[in-house]
Amino acid sequence: MITLTNVHKAFGPKRVLQGVDLTIDKGTSMVIIGGSGTGKSVMLKSVLGLVVPDSGSITVDGKDVAAGDRDAFLARFGMLFQGGALFDSLPVWQNVSFRLLRGALKRPREEAREIAIEKLRRVGLKPETADLFPSELSGGMQKRVGLARAIAAEPEIIFFDEPTTGLDPIMAGVINELIREIVTEMGATAMTITHDMSSVRAIADNIAMLHDGVIKWSGPVSKLDNSGDPYLDQFIHGRAEGPIEAVR
Amino acid sequence: MNAVLSPLAAIGAAVLGMLAALGRVALFAFDTVTHLFRPPFYGREFAAALVQIGWLSLPVVGLTALFTGGALALQIYSGGARFNAEEVVPSIVAIGMVRELGPVLGGLMVAARVTSSIAAEIGTMKVTEQIDALVTLSTNPMKYLTLPRVLAATLAVPVLVAVGDAIGIFGGYIIGVTRLGFNEAAYLKNTVDFLELWDVTSGLLKGAAFGFIVATMGCYYGMNSGRGAQGVGRATKTAVVAASVMILAANYLLTELFFTS
Ligand SMILES: Nc1ncnc2c1ncn2[C@@H]1O[C@H](COP(=O)(O)OP(=O)(O)OP(=O)(O)O)[C@@H](O)[C@H]1O
Ligand SMILES: [Mg+2]
Repeated sequence: MITLTNVHKAFGPKRVLQGVDLTIDKGTSMVIIGGSGTGKSVMLKSVLGLVVPDSGSITVDGKDVAAGDRDAFLARFGMLFQGGALFDSLPVWQNVSFRLLRGALKRPREEAREIAIEKLRRVGLKPETADLFPSELSGGMQKRVGLARAIAAEPEIIFFDEPTTGLDPIMAGVINELIREIVTEMGATAMTITHDMSSVRAIADNIAMLHDGVIKWSGPVSKLDNSGDPYLDQFIHGRAEGPIEAVR
Repeated sequence: MNAVLSPLAAIGAAVLGMLAALGRVALFAFDTVTHLFRPPFYGREFAAALVQIGWLSLPVVGLTALFTGGALALQIYSGGARFNAEEVVPSIVAIGMVRELGPVLGGLMVAARVTSSIAAEIGTMKVTEQIDALVTLSTNPMKYLTLPRVLAATLAVPVLVAVGDAIGIFGGYIIGVTRLGFNEAAYLKNTVDFLELWDVTSGLLKGAAFGFIVATMGCYYGMNSGRGAQGVGRATKTAVVAASVMILAANYLLTELFFTS
């Protein structure tokens, strides 16, 4: 279980998170929605300790994320970065199996390579992709390699920052299914940021909407269409008119 | 009153800023060294850094030394002619090369080549979130990126300096023999007779210090790069300037330490 309590984060004068409260139960899929620049990525990174909150507490299974053994803590996580964040000095397969080539999960190179190719297949990439370098891939392919890397070591908790942006509709469908599968079959806990409403419905057990630095609405996916919340309604229907200003 | 003091205040602020930066660099350097004694050690990255920093810098350092040795021979010859001391050319070229010009010019050339590429590479990794990705993959960027480069540079630059010394002396020899009318055997004998072991080792020690500076500055400014292409550009420029100035300052301090007692 991941719990954020009254989390604040500002960058200089810019107050991004202003008291975020959120709970994600073990083995469920949480989808975070919200306008561009509202701090969704910052929220994800603060759970991983990549961004240190100014105040508030973040716990995973009741333990503060800032305390204790960082390596053991991070070994439980997988993360897909919004920009992919692939290591451009390494070929694709070594990116995917990065964790399997060193550290606690280290295994023989041949085996790590096979696992990488299998994970690539799951995100819809051919085995030939394995020996290319990230700079030789299209944006959508890079995204999927990032996804393969996030799931390669089969972590218990996986964060996806916009997994389907830049993908064609069919590939987006494949990825949505994959994320759903990882949660239901492998029992992983997932937190996904997306702007794609069809992804939201395909992936989510629960949904939280970040706006003005706080969670404006959260609830199960079944309540999405009759929440009665004007902010959420405006957002999911993509209306220019409403309580959320178009220029922020 | 304020108008009088404000330039002073500006100078004071700049000095304080510089001292603070120096402090942060020192902490960073110390942190890097401590990782040497805490596993894991990434051998593959170390080997790649050795090739990048050592092997691929050989042409630059070699050419620099060759031309410097030649120019030095010409200078000493024409300067020495003023008091009929042309015969000191071989020994002064050798001593000047191994004690001073080999390490300093070699260090500066490596700073231009290596510090810039390290700072740009790590800076780009920083702004494209690759450093964050490393952390989430349970890999410490100080161990994976910084230590291999710093260690490789500290070990490789002395070797580069040694090669540069030899090439520089050879450059002086060529000019001495072909242009200044020295006897070949006499030139070599003069070089060897007057060169002491400490002349050479002190230069190599300088090289190690400069190698450490070169890689540490590249890594430090890369890791602390600002956002975007502009941030990486600024980090790269600052890293090269800082490394060069620190090499010159360290050279003075080490010379003071080695040769005044
Ligand atoms: N390291 C940083 N330094 C300064 N400002 C930052 C930093 N990281 C994020 N910000 C700012 O915080 C705000 C939120 O950024 P964040 O990336 O979390 O947005 P987001 O909700 O993920 O948006 P998008 O949907 O466009 O990805 C932005 O205004 C951004 O400029
Ligand atoms: Mg984002």
